[in-house]
Amino acid sequence: MAKKKTEPTRRDFMTIAAGSFAAVGGAAALWPFIDQMNPDASALSLATIEVDLSPIPVGQSITVSWRGKPIFIRHRTPEEIEAAKAVKIDELPDPEARNDNISATAEATDLNRVSTGKGDTAKHENWMILIGICTHLGCIPKGQRIGDAKGEFDGWFCPCHGSHYDTAGRIRKGPAPRNLEVPVYEFISENKIKIG
Amino acid sequence: MAHVSTYKPNSAIEKWMDDRLPVMRMMHDQFNDFPTPRNLNYLWTFGGILTFCLAVQMATGIVLAMHYVPQETMAFDSVEHIMRDVNFGWLLRYIHFNGASLFFLAVYIHIARGMYYGSYKAPREVLWIIGVLIFLAMMATAFMGYSLVWGQMSFWAVTVITNLFSSLDSIIPGLGTTVVEWIWGGFSVGGPTLTRLFSLHYLLPFVIAGLVILHIWALHVPGSNNPTGIDIKSKSDAISFNPYYTVKDGFAMSMFVILFAAFVFYAPNFMGHPDNYIEADPLVTPPHIVPEWYFLPYYAILRAIPSKLLGVVAMFGSIGLLLFLPWLDTSKVRSARYRPIFKWFLLLFFVNAVALGYLGAKPPEGAFLIWGRICTAYYFVFLLVIMPVVGWIEKPAAMPGSITDDVLGKKPVPAK
Ligand code: HEM
Ligand code: FES
Repeated sequence: MAKKKTEPTRRDFMTIAAGSFAAVGGAAALWPFIDQMNPDASALSLATIEVDLSPIPVGQSITVSWRGKPIFIRHRTPEEIEAAKAVKIDELPDPEARNDNISATAEATDLNRVSTGKGDTAKHENWMILIGICTHLGCIPKGQRIGDAKGEFDGWFCPCHGSHYDTAGRIRKGPAPRNLEVPVYEFISENKIKIG
Repeated sequence: MAHVSTYKPNSAIEKWMDDRLPVMRMMHDQFNDFPTPRNLNYLWTFGGILTFCLAVQMATGIVLAMHYVPQETMAFDSVEHIMRDVNFGWLLRYIHFNGASLFFLAVYIHIARGMYYGSYKAPREVLWIIGVLIFLAMMATAFMGYSLVWGQMSFWAVTVITNLFSSLDSIIPGLGTTVVEWIWGGFSVGGPTLTRLFSLHYLLPFVIAGLVILHIWALHVPGSNNPTGIDIKSKSDAISFNPYYTVKDGFAMSMFVILFAAFVFYAPNFMGHPDNYIEADPLVTPPHIVPEWYFLPYYAILRAIPSKLLGVVAMFGSIGLLLFLPWLDTSKVRSARYRPIFKWFLLLFFVNAVALGYLGAKPPEGAFLIWGRICTAYYFVFLLVIMPVVGWIEKPAAMPGSITDDVLGKKPVPAK
């Protein structure tokens, strides 16, 4: 139709207004259908657990479950701590601490990895607390049990696609992009931590 | 659609119906007296076989769902209950389980057929695209179905595959985690994940069935391609679908069912992984996780690339690119039979795809990793470079004048 362009009419206005109203309403009605899939109240309520560290001898590890995720707790030997401290930041594929207890931009030094953000870090740098989920595609790395492969850096090794983590849980080699995450936790007494 | 209707109602009732809802006319014109090239080989029987596979999966799936319990602590046991207690439960589950594998075997042959004979080219682009969408929906369905067993392989396959989306974190920090937790309905794969996978596993096959109807509709507008890639030009080029191809399809399907039965009755777990008979344990990853065989080539591509995000992009891209095949191929000649250069590159592409499948099952180290990278490179170079370039430079071989000439062995006409 080669009709001349005319002023918009009242009908044009009504069509556009009704159309926009229906579009916004439709989008709003969609939200409950999407949001129902998000973690529900019962999943959110499983928030904290307490763990007694006293039965774990030096050089050994335990795995506990928190929010359905494995938490690695390793009682590090002095050699393991030294090895982790000797690494320079620029040797690390991921230079960030990935520790939920301290600033998101902190460097991945060994102290920042074991810090609870309370300034008493040096007292318990022997305890490495990690979310035991490979940052590549979510497998559980090996290295918790005696006799497990610990990878080239003596920390943890993820067999799924070959990621090697060091004794501070930092990624050193393989496809994983980030260091193992450190969960929010605190020492509630000398030998007890609360995770979450 | 493409031809004048030859339907004649035989009775008053059929006439009455024909005036109101002409389904009989549609069935007659599309599946009885439908003109079909006279030279189709057995590779053309896989369309029928695939429809059969879908029907088998739906029939067995619906009855399995009468006994299966999609709940974290009961799912694994309910599958064992199906195997041991339910009457013929073992048979129904083995049919459903092996049926998925044979479905993929058939779809890979069907896709390779389309690539070799240029069935994706004009005027069949939409037909081809719907086919790729069906393939994607099949992969999603099979992945979700496999998770339902809630064995160790199920659980870790879901973990690894859903975690692919966490690579979005490297574009917008936090986005990937949000998406993944939304998919899980929690902070790890668990009960809520299982229930939604069940719901969608039930739904998707019906979506596929709808797509299949569109696929056949899109097929029946231009009609079937054929091994020469030449259009039907005269009446002597075509025969009617029924009885000629109903019988040929029926015969091929019987052979296929024999193979199917051989697996179900003599090697029901041949295509499975023994670790899936261990119940899911969220705290222990099996030492060597592998997907089902039909996903291995894509798994090899994922692992060939050292960056997480790019690996994921390459994996999805390897399938997504197929959507653009009609435009990546620049040659006017459909059938690879008459394409002396392209033919060899294409056959190498098929060998390469099988090689990727082999590599996908191997640990990504040493020579396996290097070969994985070479094969991944060829996969993309073939689609993105070789296809367009060969189309420009290749001189096609002499072609027969028509389907009939080819069938009767008449001398080919040299290309202009
Ligand atoms: C495109 C069609 C389908 C495909 C490719 C497919 C694929 C699969 C696969 C691979 C499994 C895992 C089998 C195993 O390891 O035991 C499975 C399980 C299952 N599927 Fe399907 N399926 C399809 C259609 C359906 C339909 C329509 C239903 C109806 C609800 C269904 C219900 C189930 C149930 C209940 C299970 C768990 C029990 C079992 O493991 O045998 N499926 N499916
Ligand atoms: S999941 Fe750990 S290396 Fe891939």
